[in-house]
Amino acid sequence: MLKNIGKNMNSFKKNLLKKRYNAERRFQWYGKIAIGLALSFLAVFMFQIFSKGYSAFQKTWIVTEVHYDKELLLIDAESPSKDDLENADYYDVAYKAMTSLDPGLPEEEDRQLIQMVSYKYEAEVKDLLLKNPDYLGKIVPIKLTASDDVDQVHKGNYPRDIPEENRRVNDYQLQIYDMLNERGDILSEFNISFFTSPDSREAELAGIASSFMGTVFSILVCLAFSFPVAVLAAIYLEEFAPKNKFTDFIEVNINNLAAVPSIVFGLLGLGVLLAVFNLPRSTPLVGGITLSLMTLPTIIIAARASLKAVPPSIREAALAMGASNMQTTMHHTVPLSMPGTLSGTIIGLAQALGETAPLILIGMVAFVNTIPGTPVDPAASLPVQIYIWSESAERGFVEKVSACIMVLLAFLILMNLAAQIVRHKFEKKWS
Amino acid sequence: MNLILVTFIILLAFTSYYFGRKKALVIQSSQRLTALPKFYGYYLAAWCAAPALIIFALWSVFEPSIVKTFILQDYTDQNLTKNELQLIYTKVKALAAGTYTGNITNFLDESANKYIQLKGIANSAKVAIILAILIFSLSFAYRSVQKNDRMREPVEIFLKWVLFVASLGAVLVTIGIVFSLLFEAIRFFQAVKIFDFIFGTHWYPAKTFVRDGQPDPELMKDAFGAVPLFAGTFFIAFIAMCVAIPIGLLSGIYLSEYAGRGVRKYAKPIIEILAGIPTVVYGFFAALTVGPFVKEIGNAMGLEVSAESALAAGAVMGVMIIPFISSLSDDVMTAVPQNLRDGSYAMGATKSETVKKVIFPAALPGIVGSILLAVSRAVGETMIVVMASGLAANLTMNPLESTSTITAQIVVILIGDQQFGDPKTQSAFALGISLFIVTLFLNVIALSVVKKYREKYE
Repeated sequence: MLKNIGKNMNSFKKNLLKKRYNAERRFQWYGKIAIGLALSFLAVFMFQIFSKGYSAFQKTWIVTEVHYDKELLLIDAESPSKDDLENADYYDVAYKAMTSLDPGLPEEEDRQLIQMVSYKYEAEVKDLLLKNPDYLGKIVPIKLTASDDVDQVHKGNYPRDIPEENRRVNDYQLQIYDMLNERGDILSEFNISFFTSPDSREAELAGIASSFMGTVFSILVCLAFSFPVAVLAAIYLEEFAPKNKFTDFIEVNINNLAAVPSIVFGLLGLGVLLAVFNLPRSTPLVGGITLSLMTLPTIIIAARASLKAVPPSIREAALAMGASNMQTTMHHTVPLSMPGTLSGTIIGLAQALGETAPLILIGMVAFVNTIPGTPVDPAASLPVQIYIWSESAERGFVEKVSACIMVLLAFLILMNLAAQIVRHKFEKKWS
Repeated sequence: MNLILVTFIILLAFTSYYFGRKKALVIQSSQRLTALPKFYGYYLAAWCAAPALIIFALWSVFEPSIVKTFILQDYTDQNLTKNELQLIYTKVKALAAGTYTGNITNFLDESANKYIQLKGIANSAKVAIILAILIFSLSFAYRSVQKNDRMREPVEIFLKWVLFVASLGAVLVTIGIVFSLLFEAIRFFQAVKIFDFIFGTHWYPAKTFVRDGQPDPELMKDAFGAVPLFAGTFFIAFIAMCVAIPIGLLSGIYLSEYAGRGVRKYAKPIIEILAGIPTVVYGFFAALTVGPFVKEIGNAMGLEVSAESALAAGAVMGVMIIPFISSLSDDVMTAVPQNLRDGSYAMGATKSETVKKVIFPAALPGIVGSILLAVSRAVGETMIVVMASGLAANLTMNPLESTSTITAQIVVILIGDQQFGDPKTQSAFALGISLFIVTLFLNVIALSVVKKYREKYE
């Protein structure tokens, strides 16, 4: 009898133990799955961006022949000067260059051919002659920027099997495209203009130069405003501030400011910088100041942490040598804390770099098709450019957005790497 | 003009630094110096630059409004409203700058001439005053250099003041936020009752737009009810937390209790990348990939799904927030003292039992704090909602429909050209202040919870 109970107890214990061990294993798996999910989100995300965006780094050209006929150019002079070439009429020459692709086409259908290249093709015809004046009177091959639709067809992003009326490229254009492609007259080259040209309404011409410069200017303005103020404030709070209510108030302020949503800073920029101080709208100057208000607490917190990390023995040694408090701080503590402060600053700037909402509020979403030369010229910024393009309906902009995201992420990775390097290379390890 | 003046002051400060240092070396030949020679230079430079630059800044701030009052004095007898006066002043300024294109009345022309005259007077007065101050302060400083007064203390006191003023920067920003929001919000609440704003259930500000004139007060009453926005904000934040809390918390537990050092060293920073990706990128991802994906799945299950659903925006926002919870909860759980763990193991508990019954309760305040911070982050998130969840303010609890949030509406209202003085524009500031209050409240609670928790174990 007793033996039996003992046996039962034993198997009961065994079962319980098994249950507990199973629970243990399950719990471990939950954790692994959670981490796996988080990492796979990141992987899916990166894959999506890269698979959609890499094609934007290729640009499609259509090769055709252009005859620089003096009569069509309306040039009278025997040996025309640069000005003559500049003022010549390129409409007919460019038009003929495109329609020569299919001589049998009736005249009223010629729009279909012209639509296969970007609307700037006339300027491209002109530029080639201006660069090579000796082409005058000759027949030469020329590369013309393919229209955004042909570009997408060539990259295989555009379904060809849907009914013709739902397609932006019709059957005739596809036929011409196939013919050219077979002849090898469709070229795909590295898209330099994506990096050198400003924004455009046409996807095939749009580039990131204007928004890139806008970002650079905003970040520089942000650095110029936030870094000195933040470092000085951190020095005061960490080294000189008396322990009183007012100092506490400043500290609480900084901590809360670090958590204020970025869009509120946009409202501040709009309500104060634009409405009260009348600074110019849509400019990197205002954008940079707005962002600097946002990065201020981040840098102050980082600078204070790295000032705190300097061991008291350094200060004591300096004071013992007869240095004043100010000299101790400025000559010893602050230089030793600089690596940490700088890496915190870079991280703060990287955050500012990705901000969109405050810049939208101060008007940096305006369509800008010039490259800004100074911080007071209107400009967009890279994140805002992503927003603008992603609101556009054209299919060609999807890959542009992805490519722009890749540039932005590359920028961010570089900045974070720089922060890491500054921290590891220059920071002294105490202890 | 201003640029030349500032450059002049700064150049003068540099020269006086070198001059002061040289002077100290001269003094050295006859008597003992009271400080290092460079402090003589600093002393002169500080006296040169600081008073002049302060006066310059004050002048630049107050000059425009003083000129404006002088110009508009001529118009006081015409009984004009504030907006009309503002318009006149803008016209006068444009006329004076030569960029005015409308028809020019005699009166306007006179004002423009007066404006140019006043500006000229103000400019020359500014230069004269600043030059006088420069001469005065420099001669004062030079006298004490000559007398060989103590030089280091005043310079250090001055530097300390500079540091103090810099630390006021953060306070100034807060004051700026509160005042800019309050100023416009108060004007908004003069047009719309605060009761209608907080408890109204229809948000449709476009309705009140009337060209040239006052909108109908009856319309206003029904157009600015912010309940759908408050509800939408917390609804989307709730969806985000449904994604972020389980994943973030379990990852945090695994990282702090189970993961080996190698896994922890790599997995933690990689997960933190999720928090470093700009939100506009998440917005694009949500709008282009997740939104259609959710719609497809929903349609396959026979559900009506909007292409811009709250679910897509909330889920993507949740992914963004995972690292906030995982890293913070990892930190607080790692900070739980080892002897609590050892005690639990000694009683025969398994690792998971220890985590669930000992470590988690001990770390709970810190975890709650991190979740509150994450909620405040989700409430303030803008771009994901703007791009992925639509802009129509529906009062709905269906995650498959589109909803809007406070932040998204602020963007919708203020994108493009704004007109100050229009209740629609002002409503954005009213929304901004409610957002500010909500996030401030969440943060204060979260920070105090975390702080209390830290005190317990340190």
